[in-house]
Amino acid sequence: MKRVLEGSHSVAEAVRLAKVEVISAYPITPQTHIVERLSDFCADGSLSARYLRVESEHSALAALIGASSAGARSFTATSSQGLALMHELLHWASGARLPIVLAEVNRALAPGWNIWADQTDSLSQRDTGWIQLYCETGQEVLDTTLQAFRLAEHVSLPAMVVLDAFFLSHTYEPVDVPGQREVDRFLPAFNPRFRLNTETPCAFNQLAPPDVYMEMRRSIQDAMEEALAGFSQMEEEFSGIFGRRYGAVEPVECEDAEIILVTSGTITSTSRQLVKELRSRGERVGILKIKLFRPFPAEIIRQCLKKARKVAIIDRNCSFGAGGIFAQEVKAALCDLAERPVVFSFIAGLGGRDVTVADLENIYTQVRNQEVPQRESIWAGLHPVPAPELNR
Amino acid sequence: MQLELPDRDYMFPGHVACPGCGAAVAMRFLLKALGEKTVMVIPACCWSIIAGAYPQSTLKIPVLHTAFETGGAVASGVRAALDMRGDTQTTVVAWAGDGGTFDIGFQALSGAVERNEDFIYVCYDNEAYMNTGIQRSSSTPYGAWTTTTPGRDWKKMRKKNIVEALVAHRIPYAATASIAYPEDLFRKVAKAKAIKGARFLHIFASCPTGWRIPSEISVKIARMAVQTNIFPLYEVEDGLRYTINFFPKGYLVKEYFRLQGRFKHLSEQDLDQIQTMVEEDWKLLRHKAGMS
Ligand SMILES: Cc1ncc(C[n+]2csc(CCOP(=O)(O)OP(=O)(O)O)c2C)c(N)n1
Ligand code: SF4
Ligand SMILES: [Mg+2]
Repeated sequence: MKRVLEGSHSVAEAVRLAKVEVISAYPITPQTHIVERLSDFCADGSLSARYLRVESEHSALAALIGASSAGARSFTATSSQGLALMHELLHWASGARLPIVLAEVNRALAPGWNIWADQTDSLSQRDTGWIQLYCETGQEVLDTTLQAFRLAEHVSLPAMVVLDAFFLSHTYEPVDVPGQREVDRFLPAFNPRFRLNTETPCAFNQLAPPDVYMEMRRSIQDAMEEALAGFSQMEEEFSGIFGRRYGAVEPVECEDAEIILVTSGTITSTSRQLVKELRSRGERVGILKIKLFRPFPAEIIRQCLKKARKVAIIDRNCSFGAGGIFAQEVKAALCDLAERPVVFSFIAGLGGRDVTVADLENIYTQVRNQEVPQRESIWAGLHPVPAPELNR
Repeated sequence: MQLELPDRDYMFPGHVACPGCGAAVAMRFLLKALGEKTVMVIPACCWSIIAGAYPQSTLKIPVLHTAFETGGAVASGVRAALDMRGDTQTTVVAWAGDGGTFDIGFQALSGAVERNEDFIYVCYDNEAYMNTGIQRSSSTPYGAWTTTTPGRDWKKMRKKNIVEALVAHRIPYAATASIAYPEDLFRKVAKAKAIKGARFLHIFASCPTGWRIPSEISVKIARMAVQTNIFPLYEVEDGLRYTINFFPKGYLVKEYFRLQGRFKHLSEQDLDQIQTMVEEDWKLLRHKAGMS
């Protein structure tokens, strides 16, 4: 059924449809609408879950580690400072092989306080062993949340559904909300291989000396590879039931493109607009949208980009001292090619700064007019800072 | 002496605790009272080691090892999941050291107790961070040496009163217990098991390694802590009704202090001051129990 939903509410609808059994969460802007809507669902009986209103994000994830270990389908949502506070337990959840799903609203990290869109929060958690899925639209948010449970439970790893603050979390769009029967077909009840059980008592997460630890870690890497290999099969089934698919990456007009913009999240939508305009003027330009960031679909990305002359990666994030994080990963994927495109790395839109069609066109023009990038990463749309301020 | 306790054990022999470890004794008694329908959550502490390395386990019940500060939260989640499955029979226990309870895990514990989560939180108290090599915690008593309070920098702050902090939450049941009084401990665990909501047990568990005592006086030291009123045995129901379970004959604290290497630097004057502090605390407790 088509409904006009806020991005946050699309997450909540998916959680309801997934029949999540334990929710544990803590408020932080701009994620609060998700957990408030879930509270409503629990209060009015449309979702029969245990909802733990814990005293911190750290405890929110800790509680789910307990719940998931005891066999319950588990969900939380957070953002920015909250995700940073969870860091220790993000590692714990993947190490314990728990398919917890977390909706993460991309928000800038303080200081200074900034509640607006920025991907540095989720990308600084890239090495924690969580599947990461970046979304562009309200429909994609709902669908991806359902897919996240399926994928996570298939490979026994936790999964993060990532959506931009406000541009997505607080924007209303028409969304097709599927029926319960279809969702049940796609996502059967959670039935883990191991769970805390007094009939067959086991110890979980115990001391692991050097002669066993490494194999345990290897199994996480294997599970990530399995998630990558199983992604399209999962989407195949998803589209068979719901008629929609997104791909681990989505190439837009890449076939004959000389220049390809690599994007993620809502900047993709703005780029679509630009590409339409540029194409109508005869420019050979395309987009590669990256949805699946962990596991990283390096091979598909290589295939999509290898024929382009130049690639411009747009990062709404920064790893200080290195540069844009998507850029680093894409460059690493391309370096295996004998002949590869020239890669330009742009940092744009930090802390919720608007990235308009005009800004993206600026980036495009720079890339078209230069043979090689002038810097490791180029900061787009910086205001001029008075020199004395910088030197003080 | 024959103890009036069930023979059945839920702990295998051959665990790796130090000889005379009070924490190992405490677990053994606890499980005798709880039985096999128990799920145990263990945050980082000496028991993370005592419980055994993969693929072995010291305990005959399911154990979920977890991060240091998460006992209260993880146990809440386990309870929630069991409830969702309709399993209200299994007892969920969080088992943590004093560091994991008084310090780093206090927030999660306080949150869980405020929500009145239905599980038993047990703190075995060896009065320092032992797993990491005897560093001070907020449970380390006034006067003690630890590796982070060495030489003349011995700890000059009082031990935090954890039971009173939880009583302030109006917790349905809170009690102290000691490895030297197993029948009292057993009774309290059985009582806690029958109550619904948040329950807290504070078990005094001597540590020969950290306290610099011979292992064979481990239980004796624990008994002296009770007999000197340093660690009174009492219970509090609904945060209101206090019952003192043991009235000592008034041994002097210095008898207890003299036997332990961790206190050997204290002067007569220091010991007199500690005696005064202990008497103050005892008076306060008697007052709360309506005895003065
Ligand atoms: C976040 C974090 N900080 C520090 C540690 C290291 N650590 C592990 S156990 C421990 C001390 C535990 O003390 P306590 O809770 O009193 O238990 P005990 O070892 O005395 O039995 C510390 C500091 C850790 N595991 N996690
Ligand atoms: S250090 Fe103390 S608490 Fe830890 S195992 Fe040894 S005796 Fe037990
Ligand atoms: Mg300790």
